[in-house]
Amino acid sequence: MKIELTAEQLAEQAAVRDFVEEEVVPHADVYDRQERFPPDLIRKVARRGYLGSVVPREYGGGGMSMVGFGLLNEELGRGCSSLRSLLTVHSMVALTVARWGTRRQKERWAAGLASGEVIAAFALTEANVGSDARNVETSAEPAGDSYVLNGGKRWITFGQVADLFLVFAQCGGKPTAFLVERQSPGLAVRPMTNLLGTRASMPAELSLRDCRVPAENMVGKPDFGFTHIASSALDCGRYSVAWGCVGLVRACLEASVRYASRRRQFGSALIEHQLIQQKISDMITGVKAARLLCLHAGSLRDAGDPAAIMETSVAKYFASRAASKASADAVQIHGANGCGGEYPVQRYFRDARIMEIIEGSTQMQQINLARYCHQEYL
Amino acid sequence: MSAAENKPKIKDFLSTYLRNHDPGDDQDIFALGLVNSLFAMQLVSFVEKEFGITVEPEDLEIENFNTINAIAALVERKAGAASGA
Repeated sequence: MKIELTAEQLAEQAAVRDFVEEEVVPHADVYDRQERFPPDLIRKVARRGYLGSVVPREYGGGGMSMVGFGLLNEELGRGCSSLRSLLTVHSMVALTVARWGTRRQKERWAAGLASGEVIAAFALTEANVGSDARNVETSAEPAGDSYVLNGGKRWITFGQVADLFLVFAQCGGKPTAFLVERQSPGLAVRPMTNLLGTRASMPAELSLRDCRVPAENMVGKPDFGFTHIASSALDCGRYSVAWGCVGLVRACLEASVRYASRRRQFGSALIEHQLIQQKISDMITGVKAARLLCLHAGSLRDAGDPAAIMETSVAKYFASRAASKASADAVQIHGANGCGGEYPVQRYFRDARIMEIIEGSTQMQQINLARYCHQEYL
Repeated sequence: MSAAENKPKIKDFLSTYLRNHDPGDDQDIFALGLVNSLFAMQLVSFVEKEFGITVEPEDLEIENFNTINAIAALVERKAGAASGA
């Protein structure tokens, strides 16, 4: 078996890397401290087609392969997990509209989502609901040609700047998905600040008070339809996060090698000390193993293979845990310097914590993988 | 292919994904309590890849996926529509 990226994929990856090196890496720590991205950077990301990368070409998107999308997430994740999370949540909604939207929903939003003129956010999580997604408490009551939504959402990544939200609510006791525009009457958006990690991901709380949404904004159908739409979106997000973690581990490795090569203690460079070498070795194997798992998941996704779903879960589980370990080791290698703002590893450490929580926590991945072990091992 | 001809492939898929269960053609596989949202994704992905059909939003009803007969009927209907039959 030979795993080989195409010349086009390698070229696209190199182009993203150059963009990230120039536009993101020099400023990522500042964005983290300021807890925001400048609008101009988001526009640049959109103009390069990154936000519409997986939207089919018929809607103006890039029609990128899933492997290509993965590489894009790796390079963005290497530079800044907060920025990569914009790609994650926007793609989750964009793919949902492109795949499961009605003709009118596609006509109205697909092109804008593909170009990035419309920024989207995924509004599932609530104060009382995280992993138990089916039991969202936000309600949707039919009212003529509309639905009236009441409830609240928290931790909505890039909610501060999103134009369009995919909101999940209970309708007649069945979970349902709605597209809610930012200017909808009854929708209030409040910034959330002082997060542990991905501090520049501009999260928001949404308050829906008699928020009236046109009935035609329902995506799919209640219950089974919701289940599939939400699951598909989260599956896409999981894949994006997994690859983002590959980038995060790589960032930890590069920072650690750089630092350990220069820093001297007891008459030699840190990198010549065996206990430091041990941590570097773990990072090297971690990034290679995580990338292989992600490539495997990506190739299965491109083939439309049902096995892709569990392999994506495996990849996310492994890569996010690899990021946690690598970032902790990176801070340790940097010593006191790893605890201050001069080096990026403290940001990697905080961002890695978030990776084990979002898009299906580590514990949910463990439960799902164990539940499906019989598919391969019985 | 007819629903009857598609059933063996559907049964093969389900036997892999449903631990130690061999559901009857009209047995509700979701009511068995062994499957969840991840399986539903796998099932949709399977029917699209195996039978070359596209599941549309209006097809996302549990009644189209909860039994072997229902899945076979959906595939037959979609494949027939795609071929203009």
